[in-house]
Amino acid sequence: MSKVRVLVGTRKGAFVLTSDGKRANWDISGPHFAGWEIYHVKGSPADPNRLYASQSSGWFGQVMQRSNDAGKTWEPVGNKFVYDGVPGTHQWYDGTPHPWEFKRVWHLEPSLTDPDTVYAGVEDAALFRSSDGGQNWQELSGLRGHGSGPRWQPGAGGMCLHTILLDPNVAGRMYIAISAAGAFRSDDAGTSWKPINQGLRSEQIPDPTAEVGHCVHRIAMHPSRPGVLFMQKHWDVMRSNNAGDSWQEVSGNLPTDFGFVIDVHAHEPETIYVVPIKSDSEHYPPDGKLRVYRSRTGGNDWEPLTKGLPQSDCYVNVLRDAMAVDSLDSCGVYFGTTGGQVYASADAGDNWAPIVRDLPAVLSVEVQTLS
Amino acid sequence: MIRVVLPAHLRTLARVRGEVELEVLGVATQRSVLDALEAKYPMLCGTLRDHVTQLRRPFVRFFACEQDLSHESPDAPLPDVVASGAEPFLIVGAIAGGRGRV
Repeated sequence: MSKVRVLVGTRKGAFVLTSDGKRANWDISGPHFAGWEIYHVKGSPADPNRLYASQSSGWFGQVMQRSNDAGKTWEPVGNKFVYDGVPGTHQWYDGTPHPWEFKRVWHLEPSLTDPDTVYAGVEDAALFRSSDGGQNWQELSGLRGHGSGPRWQPGAGGMCLHTILLDPNVAGRMYIAISAAGAFRSDDAGTSWKPINQGLRSEQIPDPTAEVGHCVHRIAMHPSRPGVLFMQKHWDVMRSNNAGDSWQEVSGNLPTDFGFVIDVHAHEPETIYVVPIKSDSEHYPPDGKLRVYRSRTGGNDWEPLTKGLPQSDCYVNVLRDAMAVDSLDSCGVYFGTTGGQVYASADAGDNWAPIVRDLPAVLSVEVQTLS
Repeated sequence: MIRVVLPAHLRTLARVRGEVELEVLGVATQRSVLDALEAKYPMLCGTLRDHVTQLRRPFVRFFACEQDLSHESPDAPLPDVVASGAEPFLIVGAIAGGRGRV
C-alpha cells in the first residue's frame, strides 16, 4: 500500500505528516528541533529514509541535521559553510558594495542517485555541495564567481539561493534561482554557470531587462520534460521551452501575477499550480480568498480552485518553498501557509482540506511518495 | 573542572542536561573553555562563535559572577572562582535578537 510523507519546515520546528494512499487521515510527529527555524526538510530520492534538515536561529546560527530512519531520529552533521577564496562583495539594499556573509541554508536538494550527495542553497547566495552525507560542504564557486556576482542584490527576504533543480535526463545539468539575481544554469555539474533571464522584465530594477537582478521566487519543472521550466517571478508567471534560454509570460487571466510558489502536476506536464498573492506590499491573497490557480495548458488559461479553502477573511501568505505534489494517482497537491495550515488535495486540486491547521508559520513543504 | 551552563536550545543540541563540566588545560579563558566545550561536543561548533574568525556570534553572551564578560578579550583569564569551578561560566542567548527573515 502506498504511503505519503509530508515534511514541513516552520518557524519553530519541523513536522512530519504521514498518511496512507487515501490521504484522508494523517499522523503528525513533531515538533522536531523545537523552537528553531526550519527553512527546509527534504528526503533523498535514492533512499527515502535519508532526510536532511536545515535548522537555524538568529542566536546560534546554522545547524544541519540528517536522519537515516525517515525522521524518527536525527543527528547533527557539518555546518561549516565557508565561501571559496576571497568572498568579495554584492550590492546592498542601498546599492553600496557589501561583503558576502553566510547567514543560513534556505534549500536542500539531495542527489537523484546518491543519498550522500546533497546540494545546499544559502544566504548570502551561493551553492554548496556535500558528498559525504552533509559532514563537509564545498562551495561550487563558479556560480558566485562567474562575473555578475557584484551586481546581485538582496530581495526583501535576504539574498538567498532558494531553488535548485537537477535535470534527470541531461547529465550535469542543473538550475538554480536567486532572489534578487535571477535564474542560472550549469551544464557541467555546477562548475560553470550562465544567467538564463532573457525575456524576464522587472520594473523594480534600473534596466528592466537586465541580464541579472530579477527577483525570481521559484522555478519548477516536470521530470519528464526538464527543458520546460515554469517560474513564479516577483511579479509575472513565466515559462521557458528551451531550458531557460528564453522566457515568455504566461500570467494570462490570473487575478494577480505576484506570488511565491509554483509547481507541476506529477503526471500532466502542462498542468501547473500557483497561489496568487495580492502584491509585494500586501502579502496575502486578493479579497481575503485563498485560491490555488491551476492551468491545464501550461499557463495563460487559469482556473481558481476554491473547494475547501477559506473564501473570506483569509490573510495568510504561502512562501516560496511551501508547495509540493505527490506522485500517486490521482496527483496530490500540498501547500503550507504563514498561518500554520497545511492544505492537501488528493484529487489534483479539485477539493482541499487542512491536514493540520495550527502549526507555526510554514516555511517549506516537501512530499515523499512511498511504495 | 570548569562548570558551563548552556542555553536550553544548545543543551538539546548537545544532548545534555544541567551543567556541563570541562577539563581545561592551562589558563581558563573564554577561548580555552570554548575550545574544550567544542572538543567534547562538536555539534556546538559554529553555534557560539564563527567557524573561521572565531568571533563570538552577535547574540551570544558570556556571563560569570554577575558580570557580562562578552566584550572581554577571549584570551583574558576568567575569574578564579570560575577557573576553580566554584562559580559557573554562563553562555546565554541575548534577550534581543533571534529573528530571521523569509
